[in-house]
Amino acid sequence: MSAPIIEMTNVNKWYGTYHALRNINFTVNEGDKIVVCGPSGSGKSTMIRTLNYLEAHQEGTIRVNGTDMHPRMKDVDKVRMDVGMVFQHFNLFPHLTILENLMAGPMWVRGIAQEEARKTAMMYLERVRIPEQADKYPGQLSGGQQQRVAIARSLCMKPKVMLFDEPTSALDPEMVSEVLDTMVSLAKDGMTMVCVTHEMGFAKAVADRVIFMDEGSIVEENDPINFFENPQSKRTQNFLSQILQH
Amino acid sequence: MLFADTVVGDTGVHKPKVILIMVVVATVIFTLLGLNDTIFGEIMRPVIGEPKESGLFGNLSVGFVLAIILVINIVLIGFLPFRYQVIVVWLQLLALFLTFFYSFDLKIEFIRSKIWFMITQGVFTTLYISAISIILASFVAIFGAIAKLSSNGFAFAIASFYTSFFRGLPLLMQLYLIYLGMPQLGYVIDAVPAGILALTLCYGAYMTEIFRAGIQSINKGQWEASRSMGFGFGLTMRRIILPQAMPLIIPPTGNQFIAMLKDSSLVSVIGVWELMFLARTMGNKDFRHMEMLITAALIYWCLTMVLEFIQSRIERHYRTASH
Ligand SMILES: Nc1ncnc2c1ncn2[C@@H]1O[C@H](COP(=O)(O)OP(=O)(O)O)[C@@H](O)[C@H]1O
Ligand SMILES: [Mg+2]
Repeated sequence: MSAPIIEMTNVNKWYGTYHALRNINFTVNEGDKIVVCGPSGSGKSTMIRTLNYLEAHQEGTIRVNGTDMHPRMKDVDKVRMDVGMVFQHFNLFPHLTILENLMAGPMWVRGIAQEEARKTAMMYLERVRIPEQADKYPGQLSGGQQQRVAIARSLCMKPKVMLFDEPTSALDPEMVSEVLDTMVSLAKDGMTMVCVTHEMGFAKAVADRVIFMDEGSIVEENDPINFFENPQSKRTQNFLSQILQH
Repeated sequence: MLFADTVVGDTGVHKPKVILIMVVVATVIFTLLGLNDTIFGEIMRPVIGEPKESGLFGNLSVGFVLAIILVINIVLIGFLPFRYQVIVVWLQLLALFLTFFYSFDLKIEFIRSKIWFMITQGVFTTLYISAISIILASFVAIFGAIAKLSSNGFAFAIASFYTSFFRGLPLLMQLYLIYLGMPQLGYVIDAVPAGILALTLCYGAYMTEIFRAGIQSINKGQWEASRSMGFGFGLTMRRIILPQAMPLIIPPTGNQFIAMLKDSSLVSVIGVWELMFLARTMGNKDFRHMEMLITAALIYWCLTMVLEFIQSRIERHYRTASH
């Protein structure tokens, strides 16, 4: 059993007086695929964003890749390089071409030579099946293509773990599957992943564990079969019945 | 262009009612101006008689004739396509201005003998003082903007005090404060550096707000994406935020540069030999002030037009660079 990549212990977070994360405990081991779901406003984004310290927590400990995350930490950028993040709204750099978007991180912060960065970038563009878009600008691509580029951009940093915050929620329905396919194939390759998503098909296909959050707490954590077939808490049952109706 | 409507109505100035109104209004205005004893009256003297005799009738006739000419001109221009309208109107206004200058009885010889020096010495000085100042002001503005957006109270206090102070005092006063005040502190400053410093600090204060607005307009997601990849603050600012803010920052900065070009004339009061200084001093000996002032005015105008052209080019570049 390898050392955990992410370890959250008794984490609490407040926005002002609002208690956004309540006593969160969970562990991500190498190779784990974890799906986080829960109603809107339940703290899923907040939790996933504390993992690369885009948000600060106030109590408890978060260890990522062996480093304690806290406000006085010196090497937050080092930790972040190893933690890829994919956003709901893609957040590609609109003034750079697709290729430049992919080469930026490796060249600017990893110190990789331009030629090698280009090769890596093209490899991942092929991986997400849009090498022909390399010289376009993000604004010229469809939402699904942009999100695949965003995934490739993260991969170019060779991260140890990938975080996804509702990567398909901003997409038109017909583009959801192309992004999910990319994520599934990433999972098959053994990438460690934490995904906030309501795509239950994805959860059933790849998740090792599903976490259900409500009002800032983890209400239930289980393997997908038991989670869907046999939810323990009332709140999970309600939530599942709501999203599975459609 | 504003939104181009697909439905085009009749040209307004071709409607009889509009034409009538224009004639009446123009006649009234010209009549009230009392043009009887001007050059226009002279031309019509055979018809309207001596100024004293004609009185109101004279004023009215001159006014009416002028009004008719003006309205015919407007109606004719109304037939032209956009491009030619612009050219014709520009040329006519220009002709009016030249006539106005011409009426000063300028001595072209005098201008010709001085203009080369005005350009080599005056324009050169004006341009380099403005160019150095706008570049320095841009740097001041970047740091000012970052400080104003920072959560560091010390930085914010200094930046907001700075912008408040330098936007609050007249530029001329800042210039005197620097040029005459610094020696009090034991540091004697030359006129040119004093001018550049004053322009830099004053325009830096205005441009701080331009840069702040530009930086703030960039979506928070750009910061998050950059930081989540391990980009530091400086790198994010330099490579991600500022390049995107530039298309928003450049047009008002071009505007500031054009304004500065003319505000740099203020440094003539401390004896810098720029365009305005030469315009004021070179005519003194021969009592030919008007010649020099008008020449300088035209030079300022030409410089401004060149800058406006360059600005539109840069804007177009940024518009086509992305998308
Ligand atoms: N920056 C913030 N300041 C104050 N409250 C916030 C902030 N971000 C999120 N919240 C609040 O925290 C709660 C959890 O938000 P979030 O983590 O975005 O939920 P989810 O992603 O599950 O929909 C919500 O009630 C939200 O209003
Ligand atoms: Mg969310």
